[in-house]
Amino acid sequence: MSDFTSSFWPIFITVISVGGVIGCALLLWLTSKIKATSPNGDNTNGHVWDENLREMNNPLPRWWVWMFIITIIFSLFYFAAYPAIGTYAGKLGWTQIKQYEQEMAVANKTIAPLYAKFAAMPVEELATNPEAQAIGERMFMNNCAQCHGSDAHGSRGFPNLTDSDWIHGGSPEKIVETLSNGRVGMMPPMAAAVGNEDDVKNVANYVLSLSNSTHDATRAAAGKEKFAICAACHGADGTGNQAIGAPNLADNIWLHGAGEEAIIKRINEGKVNQMPAQSTKFTPEQIHVLAAYVWGLSNNAAK
Amino acid sequence: MQVSTSQSNTYNDTVIRQFSIMAVVWGVVGMLVGVIIASQLVWPELNLGLPWTSFGRLRPLHTNAVIFAFGGCTLFATSYFIVQRTCHTSLFMPKLASFTFWGWQAVIVAAAISLPLGFTQGKEYAELEWPIDVLIALVWVSYAVVFFGTIGMRRVKHIYVANWFLGAFIIAVALLHIVNSAAMPASFMKSYSAYAGVQDAMVQWWYGHNAVGFFLTAGFLGMMYYFVPKQADRPVYSYSLSIVHFWALIFTYMWAGPHHLHYTALPDWTQSLGMAFSLILLAPSWGGMINGMMTLSGAWHKLRTDPILRFLIVSLSFYGMSTFEGPMMAIKTVNALSHYTDWTVGHVHSGALGWVGLVSMGSLYYMVPRLFGQKQMHSVQAIEIHFWLATIGIVLYIAALWISGVMEGLMWRAINADGTLTYTFVESVKAKTPYYMIRALGGLLYLSGMTIMLWNVIKTAQNGKAAVATIPPVAAHA
Repeated sequence: MSDFTSSFWPIFITVISVGGVIGCALLLWLTSKIKATSPNGDNTNGHVWDENLREMNNPLPRWWVWMFIITIIFSLFYFAAYPAIGTYAGKLGWTQIKQYEQEMAVANKTIAPLYAKFAAMPVEELATNPEAQAIGERMFMNNCAQCHGSDAHGSRGFPNLTDSDWIHGGSPEKIVETLSNGRVGMMPPMAAAVGNEDDVKNVANYVLSLSNSTHDATRAAAGKEKFAICAACHGADGTGNQAIGAPNLADNIWLHGAGEEAIIKRINEGKVNQMPAQSTKFTPEQIHVLAAYVWGLSNNAAK
Repeated sequence: MQVSTSQSNTYNDTVIRQFSIMAVVWGVVGMLVGVIIASQLVWPELNLGLPWTSFGRLRPLHTNAVIFAFGGCTLFATSYFIVQRTCHTSLFMPKLASFTFWGWQAVIVAAAISLPLGFTQGKEYAELEWPIDVLIALVWVSYAVVFFGTIGMRRVKHIYVANWFLGAFIIAVALLHIVNSAAMPASFMKSYSAYAGVQDAMVQWWYGHNAVGFFLTAGFLGMMYYFVPKQADRPVYSYSLSIVHFWALIFTYMWAGPHHLHYTALPDWTQSLGMAFSLILLAPSWGGMINGMMTLSGAWHKLRTDPILRFLIVSLSFYGMSTFEGPMMAIKTVNALSHYTDWTVGHVHSGALGWVGLVSMGSLYYMVPRLFGQKQMHSVQAIEIHFWLATIGIVLYIAALWISGVMEGLMWRAINADGTLTYTFVESVKAKTPYYMIRALGGLLYLSGMTIMLWNVIKTAQNGKAAVATIPPVAAHA
């Protein structure tokens, strides 16, 4: 194990932990022999404090001593069976990682036939299969709803999955890719490239004009030329580029906030946004079913 | 240094009166905040939409107020009471003792201001920022000087068992506080922990568990060892049991912290050691319970008529129950179910309300009349009512959280045939609502009992006046 930086610590731990447990047993044994006697013959140890505080000489309750001994013996067996004393791995070879992996292997094996059935069906077909949709919804509620919402409508920074606006592509293949590997969206701060504060404001108004949102027409016209810098990713017409995850600016859907101020903030500061990869949690077959559910969120309604 | 008081033939009870009154006042305040946050869990509107009154800031205010303000003041009061009387001497350095009172109140007020404002180190039960931590350390070292100085001046040869526990509590808390609070100040009221990653977590829970083990257990066992035999007028059951369970308890507690970090990034071997020593801890804990309960042999009938003794003895049964539950919850397989659920919160409160709360109340009911020259509390009937309100409150509280804890644990792990989780997290939250109501009700009952106690204590103090207690002669064979 890589937990130890020197060979001293495992030995130190072994000595004090085994020594501690045995020390408890020794303490029990030695104390059970204590027998102070009172000169008064009243079964106390003869000490008196504060007028009437005394201590009796009653022996340790036997059932209690046995309970103590049983826990001590149990601990020594536990140290032998499980990783506990330094680098010694224990007879059973148990680790929490192994336990997790074994439980997951068993579970995945149990559910494999169910998902194998769905793996053979294309996403479009699964999206109308009630059984697959029910499974997909359960996966969504426990793994996706935390960010995208129970209704999948998203919120600021978390895309709405029920509309047809896809940042990285809405085809079944692309959704599988997004779910499996996650996505990192990155827009660099562009203020320096765009120019001064006024230029930034002009470009922001031009961006707003693309979707016919409220904007200052004079500023928009002035910003059009500078938009060429943005067009490198978002396209000349501002409709975005799914291959690199550049959002469509012309559809009046604003992931990081609508309005001039929000857009100026993005131009000035840029934005890094991340969707975590799910492939470590799910088998490819499970992701296939989940992808069908997500695809169905926007495509089923259209039918 | 001149210690003129060593010649005094009366006890120094001024600081004890101060701490006793404030213990009850802070008890009401801390439990009130507890009832408020318990209600916020049912009715989130009670957060008021303000950062200062939100659950996240009031929760540490509650824990700090009940543990360090109520529990702390009770510990200071009772330990100063016990150490003088069992050493047959007046307090060592009474001015320093007075400093511990004013210093500790300053810590509490600073906590009550800084926590709602959002200043926190983010360590459970050690949230207070570094300037307050420095003050705590100063007060605590002064406390140790007063306590051990008094022990040093004792006129009896043997050190009474209550003082072993109080001494261990004072030393251990100094160690725990200073090690866990080690941090690099970045500015006034902002600092960064001296430890990183899982080591920080381990240090924190070494502290956290021993805060329970020493602050909330060893200290209160010290209380038990004085007030139970006094109130029952019976000798302590077994001297040898005192010895074994004292040494085994203070040794074993130090190891149990890792059970707070089962199935985390903490190495497997550390988790295993924490679990094994937590199991061993069962017997030493029960040793204290047995010694307290069996002290009543031959005096059980007193429970029928004496509500103070009932507080003390019922506290021991809750102590026995929660120290059985604790080792069980430390077992990895049980912990896999109980961890992160309300079961943990219920467990803590069966110890906190049942053991720490009741033993404190019983001890204060014993001390307060004596401190004000009265034969008994202003209203014995009110003690009786307090007892029943508290007991019913505890039972409602812990039963509700047992059910909601086990229920949410089972809901979290329920899995469908397709491998998906049966319940979403929010469904488990929703299912807990009725139990959260019962819990808030239990807390409210407990708080109303405490409010009655405050009235009773104020009345008792008003009826009497600061009493001067004469140090009795040392018994022949002590």
